[in-house]
Amino acid sequence: MENNSNFETRKPPVATTGIIGWSRQHLFSNWVNSFITLLVIYFLYQLIPWFLDWSVFSADFWTNYKGELIVDRTFCSRVADPEGDHGACWAIIIVRFYQFMYGFYPSEQVWRVNLTYFLLVVALLPLLIEKIPGRKHLIKFTIAFPIIAFILLYGGFGFQVIPTNKWGGLLVTLVLGVFGIAIAFPLGILLALGRRSQLPVISMFCTLFIEFIRGVPLITLLFFGMVMLPLFLPEGLNLDGLVRVLVAVTLFQAAYMAEVIRGGLQAIPRGQYEAAQSVGLSYWQMNRKIILPQAIRISIPSIVNTSIGLFKDTTLVIIIGLLDLLGIGRGALADATWMGLSNEVYVFVALVFFIFTFSMSRYSLYLEKKLKTGINMGAD
Amino acid sequence: MQNNLFQDQKFRGILYQTLVVGFFALGLYFVINTTAYNLEKRNIATGFGFLNNPAGFDISFSPFLDFKSTDTHLKVYFVGVLNTLLVSFCGCIAATILGFIVGIIRLSSNWLLSRIAYIYVEFTRNTPLLLQIILWYAILIQLPRIKQAPQIWETFYISNRGLFGPKPIFLEGSNIVILSLILGFIISFFIARWAKKRQDTTGQQFPTFTTNLSIIVFLPLVVFFIMGSPITLEYPVLKGFNFKGGAVIRPEFIAMFLALSIYTAAFISETVRSGILSVTKGQREASGALGLKKNWIMRLIIIPQALRVIVPPLTSQYLNLTKNSSLGIAVGYADLVHGFGGISLNQTGQAIECMAITMATYLLISLTISFFMNIYNRSIQFKEK
Repeated sequence: MENNSNFETRKPPVATTGIIGWSRQHLFSNWVNSFITLLVIYFLYQLIPWFLDWSVFSADFWTNYKGELIVDRTFCSRVADPEGDHGACWAIIIVRFYQFMYGFYPSEQVWRVNLTYFLLVVALLPLLIEKIPGRKHLIKFTIAFPIIAFILLYGGFGFQVIPTNKWGGLLVTLVLGVFGIAIAFPLGILLALGRRSQLPVISMFCTLFIEFIRGVPLITLLFFGMVMLPLFLPEGLNLDGLVRVLVAVTLFQAAYMAEVIRGGLQAIPRGQYEAAQSVGLSYWQMNRKIILPQAIRISIPSIVNTSIGLFKDTTLVIIIGLLDLLGIGRGALADATWMGLSNEVYVFVALVFFIFTFSMSRYSLYLEKKLKTGINMGAD
Repeated sequence: MQNNLFQDQKFRGILYQTLVVGFFALGLYFVINTTAYNLEKRNIATGFGFLNNPAGFDISFSPFLDFKSTDTHLKVYFVGVLNTLLVSFCGCIAATILGFIVGIIRLSSNWLLSRIAYIYVEFTRNTPLLLQIILWYAILIQLPRIKQAPQIWETFYISNRGLFGPKPIFLEGSNIVILSLILGFIISFFIARWAKKRQDTTGQQFPTFTTNLSIIVFLPLVVFFIMGSPITLEYPVLKGFNFKGGAVIRPEFIAMFLALSIYTAAFISETVRSGILSVTKGQREASGALGLKKNWIMRLIIIPQALRVIVPPLTSQYLNLTKNSSLGIAVGYADLVHGFGGISLNQTGQAIECMAITMATYLLISLTISFFMNIYNRSIQFKEK
C-alpha cells in the first residue's frame, strides 16, 4: 500500500476488442493503411449510391417515369427522356421473363418444366444433405432422375413431344449443366480408372483422350459436334442439335473430371489397394467398395469446382446458335423493339449465373471444411 | 481348360486390350467409311489444296501481316494464329501482374482492401467468361463516336471504333537502333549472370538492376541520336468520319484483352494467395531474426518459396487463357477459331481439314506452353543436395 505513490499510473492498453479496437487493428494500423482505407471509403461512397440509383431507385420496372406501362424500348425512361437522370430499364427482363426462363416452350405445357425443376431439387437433396431421412431411397430417385426429366421435358409416354428447338433460356442452361455433369461424372471415373490401369493399351487410350480434350478449347469441340459429327454418322441418323452439343460438352467435362478424380485416386495410400486385394476382392469390387468412396470423398471440392466451370461454359453454345440464357438475352437485344438495353440484359444474366455458381462454390467450401481436405487441383 | 485361362490375370489383360483395340479399329473403319461416303455425296473433295485458294474476305484486325481479300486461306490461318498468340500473350502478362497484386491485396492487413479484392475475385470467377467478353465489348462500343472522341494530348483518341494513337515509322537506319536494343538485353543478361556468380563466390553485391536498366535505355537512345532519329511517330488526324494515319487498337481486341486478363487474374490471385500462405510463419520470423529488411524478406525468402507452389497451377491458368482466347468469335476478333475455323470453314466447306488444323494448332500451343513452364518449374524447385 505504501509503495503505490512511487509508481506512475499506467495508461490502459490500447483497445484491441470492440468496434474501435477492431478498426484500429484492421483499418487504421498505420498511416498508409489509414490513407488506403479513406481512399477506398471515398470510392465506395461514389460507387455504391450510383449503382443503387441506377439499378433500383431511378430504374424502370413495369412503368416509366410518366407512369406508362412499358411495352417496348421507346417507353423506357432513359430512351424516352435521354436528357433526364434515369437508371436501368428492367422492363426488358420483365416483359421477356418467360423467354428467359423457358425459351419458346409452349406455355400450356410449361408445368412440366416447373415440375422438373422441383424434382431436380428433390433429387439433389440426398447429395447435399448427408443426414436426410430415407437417403437410401432418395438416392435411387436421384439416379432415375435424368430419365424422368427427359420424359417430362421432351415428351413421349403420353406427353406431347416438345422438340428441343423450342427449349431455351435458363432451361437449356440447366439441361446442359445438369445432364452434362450427371453423365460426365461416371464417365470421368471410368477414364480416371482407365488412365491408372495396369493394362498399357487401355491406359494409353484414356491418357490420349484426356490430354487431347484438355489441349483444345471447348468451342472447337462444339464446332466438331455441329459440323463434323453429321459427316461421321450414317445417313438418316440425324442427331438433335441439343444432343450433339450435349455430347461435346459432356466429353469435355469428363476429361477434366477424370483428372480431378485421378488426383483423388493418387492420394489413396497403397496399403488400401493391398488390403483390398488380400481379402480377395476383384478389381471392380475393390474400386467400388474401397478405393472410389475414399477417392471421391477427397476430390469432392474439386469436382464441384469443375462443375462450376462446366456450368459457366454452357454459355458457349450461343456461338453455335443455341438459345441458352445468354442467347435469349442476345436475341432480345437483336430485336428492334428492345435494342440498346445491353447493360440491363447482361447484368441480369450475370446475376442469374452468379446466384448458381456462387452457391455452388459456397457449398464446396462448406464441404472442404467438413472433410478437412484441402486438395484442389486448380480446376477452372 | 478354358476356365483356367479366364482366371489367369495375364490372359484376361491381353483379351481385354485386344477387344478394346478391335472395337476401336472397327469404329474407326466404320467412321471413315461413312465419312467418305458422306463427303462423296456432298461433293466435298478432301485434301489441303484449298489452302492455296484466295480467301475472298477481309480481316479487320491483322497487326502483323498485311491482309487483302485476295490472299490465301493459308494466310488466314497465319493471321489467326498470330492474333491468338497476341491476345494470349498480352493477356497472360496482364493477368499475372494483376493476379499477383490482387493476391497480395487479399492478404493485406487492411480489412476493407482485402474485402474489395475478395468481392472482385468472387464476381469475376462466378460469371461466365463469354458474358464478360460480350459485356466489355458492349461497353466499349458505347464510347463516344469518332467525331466526339475524347483525346489525351492530341495523341490518343478513345472512340467506339477503338483506341487511336501514334504509329512509329521506321526510316532507314532504324534496324541499327533495334539491333542495339537487342544487344543491350544480351549484355545485361551476361552482366546479371556475372554479378550472381560473383556474389555467390565473394559475397560482394553489384548494382545489377540500375546498371542493366541504364544499358537497355541509354544504349539504343545514344544510337538513335547518332543515326539521326530514324524512327518518327505518325499521329492520327481526324479527316471526315475517320482518322487518317496513326495506329489503332480495335475494340474487339481491347474487349478480349480486358475480359481475359481480368477473368484469369481472379484465378491467379487465388493461387498466389495460397502460395504465399503455404510459406510457414517460421520462415518470416527466421529471416526477420537474421535482420533482413521487410521487402527483402518478401523478395528473397517468401516469394521464391511461394513460387514453387504457385507455378504449376499458374501454368494451367496460362493454358486456360490461351484456350479461352478462342471465344473471340463472339465479338468478331479474328483469331484462329473465328478466322480459319469459322469463316474459312464456311466458305470452303472443308470442315474436317479446317477443324483438324485448328485443333492441332491449339494442341501444339498448349504443349509448347507446358514445355516451357515445366522447364521454369524445374529451375525453381528445391535442389536437394
